[in-house]
Amino acid sequence: MAYNIRLDGRKFDETREIEAKAGVIKKADGSGYFRIGKTSAYAAVYGPKELFPKSMQDPKTGVLRCNYNMMPFSGAGERVRPGPSRRSKEISMVTKTALLPVVDLTDYPNAVVDVFIELPQTDAGSRCAGICAASIALADAGISMKDVVTAVSCGIVDKQVVIDLDYAEEAYEGGDVADIPVAMIPSTEEITLLQMDGNISRENLKKALEMVKEPLKEIAEIQRKALKDKYK
Amino acid sequence: MNKDFKNHIEKSLSKNIRIDGRKNDEFRKITVETGIISTAEGSARVTCGDTEVIVGVKLDIGKPYPDKLDEGVLMTGAELYPLSNPEFESGPPREESIEIARVIDRGIRETGTIDVKKLCIEAGEKVWMINVDIAPINMDGNLIDIGALAVMAALKDTKFPELKDGVPDYKKISKKKLPISKLPIEITILKIGDTFLVDPTYSEEKLTDARLTVAILEDDSLCAMQKGGEEPLTQESIMKMIDIAIKKSKELRKFLA
Amino acid sequence: MGKLLVNDKDIVVPGEIIAEGMDFLPSTGTYRHKDNILADKVGLLSVDGKVLKTIALSGKYLPSRNDTVIGRVIDILMSGWRIDINSAYTAVLPLQEASFDYIQKGADLSKFFALDDYVVGKIIRVTSQNLVDFTMKGPGLRKLYGGRIISVSPTKVPRIIGKQGSMVSMIKDTTGCKITVGQNGLIWIEGEPEQEVITVNTIRKIEREAHKNGLTEEIKSYLDKNKIEIKNKEFKKETKEEKPKEERTKKEDDESQGEQ
Repeated sequence: MAYNIRLDGRKFDETREIEAKAGVIKKADGSGYFRIGKTSAYAAVYGPKELFPKSMQDPKTGVLRCNYNMMPFSGAGERVRPGPSRRSKEISMVTKTALLPVVDLTDYPNAVVDVFIELPQTDAGSRCAGICAASIALADAGISMKDVVTAVSCGIVDKQVVIDLDYAEEAYEGGDVADIPVAMIPSTEEITLLQMDGNISRENLKKALEMVKEPLKEIAEIQRKALKDKYK
Repeated sequence: MNKDFKNHIEKSLSKNIRIDGRKNDEFRKITVETGIISTAEGSARVTCGDTEVIVGVKLDIGKPYPDKLDEGVLMTGAELYPLSNPEFESGPPREESIEIARVIDRGIRETGTIDVKKLCIEAGEKVWMINVDIAPINMDGNLIDIGALAVMAALKDTKFPELKDGVPDYKKISKKKLPISKLPIEITILKIGDTFLVDPTYSEEKLTDARLTVAILEDDSLCAMQKGGEEPLTQESIMKMIDIAIKKSKELRKFLA
Repeated sequence: MGKLLVNDKDIVVPGEIIAEGMDFLPSTGTYRHKDNILADKVGLLSVDGKVLKTIALSGKYLPSRNDTVIGRVIDILMSGWRIDINSAYTAVLPLQEASFDYIQKGADLSKFFALDDYVVGKIIRVTSQNLVDFTMKGPGLRKLYGGRIISVSPTKVPRIIGKQGSMVSMIKDTTGCKITVGQNGLIWIEGEPEQEVITVNTIRKIEREAHKNGLTEEIKSYLDKNKIEIKNKEFKKETKEEKPKEERTKKEDDESQGEQ
């Protein structure tokens, strides 16, 4: 049977409920919180600050470092062993490349800006939530950024193009599933993160990338509002 | 710490004035929420002033310890993420995080808070394992007391998953709660100069001469202790600190009601 | 042809379109993207004729020549000291800048400034690689003894000082505390314990509400409500020698938000 109604009743291009806040971690130089459905992420930015070891310093610009981590109780099944895993290291890396294009660190040669992302609870879409939280945190820290970076997953569930797959959809067994996390610079529509798990036709991929633009811009508005709300 | 600055602050403390206007024996405002993490079998978030801690409890089935074949296993971990404090670096756990986890664990495990015999499924083979993970989100001091309170709140909130072929089915959580028979509360008293303080902020903790953490039960008996800090304590000081801890434990225990 | 979409003194955030059309000119904190001007920082919009700037509401201190800052000694070097100025970059206080007195070669440098000492100094040079030179020779520059140090966002310093030092003077007069504000966000306070509490609370309030209008009135009434009598009337009103470091530089004047 074709996937006509989503498991949680959402429209095909509808994201789960979103909540975003800035400045949630007082000690950090900047911080953000982003929740989409049951996936939530905290991000804290520390820096710019001195970078050690000196061998990693860049005399032309500051360096961006990202660290993504899931809290032990955040997985859907068993406890997640604390500490970096291959998965978390990979996500840390793609998160950095997703954020770097908007950030200008040339005012801070030889320094580093550290971004720490921690997820207390996940239900698919965690790397996207992490990127959204990290964008808020970087802006909150006063870093120069052309724009926020916004991210959400798109893909197909049994030939139906959908936005923001939750865990149940990712694990759907009634047909082919493709899970495509996308990060975008809203003002230019340039894509800074693109990954895929699963199976999708070229036509459906094109449809998915078209369909995801509007939701991404809406999420960006929510991120920007969170930054302003801090000053109310 | 610069001696001049320390002396100046000690003078203020001896007049019972702290920089945030509190008295030496006053806790900051505390909030407790439970059931906040849907992926955990039990969870709690506790805030105390600007300190904020989340605790998640995960249950699993495993083999018991060889010297306790008919008892469940309780393990407490505290990940001091750089998220909450840049002085915590990523990597293997530092002394501090190990101490915090062990002090909290001591106060809960050694007292028999959880009736671990009731966690036995098949002696020598299968017991329930309780994994408690403490995650500080905002770091402004007093992690031990607030972490311990959050752990107790999370344990009280914890429900067993249903078993499917002897393995936990995390999608089906039962209504059955952990067998908790005692409610220990941990209170840490700091000694700075001649003053005793409760609930220190992060900057107050930096002035610590000595500290004593005490775990206290509902009947005011003591069930765990840990002395920290580089200065020694007289017996008189220790007794005074214990008295303060007993008094304060009653205030905090109300949050577990 | 151009249209301003946001008002002067509104809060803008990265990627937000501030103005449409080619009429306006981007400056600090704003940039042109196609036909529009966008913000690239979280800050208050400043409209100066056709020039659009953002005044940052957060961000680490970037060392700047002539800034008076409070620093902490973190290392004693062969010919000077290394000072932590609450920035990504540390400053160096060379021997010849430490004192008007002559310091012997081979002297024990820790007798002048020891590890963890706090000092008020001035930045004399910042290289392109952000190497910073620091001096203690100048009016009001000195080692700090006792008191407390708190840290605020450097972006809020102009508000805390106020026009010609008016805000910080108001706090000093009410509480009798000595207050030294570093451009790098470090603030030294010394007074009676209860008065220090009021001073810290007032400064934190200014920090939180720095972006709002009518702040001066707000702080005035806050101080009136919370003040308590100064017990020890021996405190001295700040001497003239300390005025220079609190007098606002042109940069501060540019960045200060007007009082309503």
